[in-house]
Amino acid sequence: MNSNSLVSIDDISRDDILDLLERAKFFEEHPDHKILDGKVVATLFFEPSTRTRLSFETAVNRLGGRVIGFSDASTTSSSKGETLKDTIKMVSNYVDLIIMRHYLEGAARYATEVTDTPVINAGDGANQHPSQTMLDLYSIYKTQGKLTDLTITMVGDLKYGRTVHSLLMALRYFNPTFHFVACDELKMPKEYKEFCDANGIEYHEHTDFSPAVINASDILYMTRVQRERFTDIMEYERVKNLYTLRADMLEGSRQNLRVLHPLPRVNEIAYDVDESPKAYYFEQARNGLYARQAIICKALGIDILKDAAI
Amino acid sequence: MKADKKELAVAALCNGTVIDHVPNDVLFKAVKILGIENLKTHVTIGNNLSSKRLGTKGIIKVADVEFPEDVINRIALIAPHAKINIIRDFDVVEKRQVTLPDEIVGIVKCGNPKCITNNEPMRTRFSVVDRDNVTIRCHYCGRTVTSDKAIID
Repeated sequence: MNSNSLVSIDDISRDDILDLLERAKFFEEHPDHKILDGKVVATLFFEPSTRTRLSFETAVNRLGGRVIGFSDASTTSSSKGETLKDTIKMVSNYVDLIIMRHYLEGAARYATEVTDTPVINAGDGANQHPSQTMLDLYSIYKTQGKLTDLTITMVGDLKYGRTVHSLLMALRYFNPTFHFVACDELKMPKEYKEFCDANGIEYHEHTDFSPAVINASDILYMTRVQRERFTDIMEYERVKNLYTLRADMLEGSRQNLRVLHPLPRVNEIAYDVDESPKAYYFEQARNGLYARQAIICKALGIDILKDAAI
Repeated sequence: MKADKKELAVAALCNGTVIDHVPNDVLFKAVKILGIENLKTHVTIGNNLSSKRLGTKGIIKVADVEFPEDVINRIALIAPHAKINIIRDFDVVEKRQVTLPDEIVGIVKCGNPKCITNNEPMRTRFSVVDRDNVTIRCHYCGRTVTSDKAIID
């Protein structure tokens, strides 16, 4: 196993997070720094995810590295019954770094156990997606100038949304106050509320997406409410528009408030919000590039702020 | 005469291991976990025997085998109060309680069908996250389960 691998946001410390943010900031200022000259990176997408794959591949290309890989497992030997272990061992012979996405939970953790090549988890089923969390943290840090003592409101699908769970856990180091806004069927699972209790994190639960909650927030983290999550379709029809953000709802909000969303959005953010200076979700996606450049360099053991002649 | 028969039911060992105070409902799971079905030495398994502490209990006597501590401790997951007696030359030379290890490798099947361990030829790994309620967490997918609901593979 390579200790530079990044499988879960839980594996990295407060200092690691701050170091990565500092390096993401560097890459935002120097996105085309050719530090990966001669390196080959594999992007193994056993499950298709165009957005994440393009972001990672752009990150490697802009740093001057080369990319090999696949975007769909149906074109590979895993469709012939090859085990994940064998695929990882084979690819390890060719590359300096493996970036992988898999539909099975724990796949990336297992991959780190069968190879000495560093592995970055680009999503394993409903489990972990640490680069998404890093870009969320970077977006918060950039827009607020800090990560500490912020009020963060999470809205929509808090039950199945892995991005909100990972973000919640990563923020444990930074004394947040959370508001969880969701219908009963999609409310924050008990284990994460217990996690807040155990870490002394203040949180409040709401079923109403009310002005009072919005106006108290520094960050509004919106998520998509998906029809297939509901056992009762009538319930879905009843709640689907209750957690939609419209521009007029931001009127009394704080100046520093920013609206984040992991994308793709459907109808949970009305299009009139796009015009608001508080809408930040497209920039958030761009921040993914810098956050991933920082993660890639860390996984390869390259410290851009020390090693590089800038 | 009656007392003799009782003795016979739980005949003394010359050398080996007695695993006592195993709850009735997990006795055969314990047998499976320890791989006792593959042993060639004398094995006596008793169940629903009367016990002052448990009401009724199960007991396993294995002749000529002393299990390594990390092996015997595996049953702590299902029988946390089991007592281990090491017998040498008809004497109990060591008596101790099983202790739950920090990590359990390859005994429990993860209940998450989308977990990598249920889809690759590999061993499961669980860490104990709550000793009081005996709750374990899959090292790979993160799913937690209490020991009474854990699937023994």
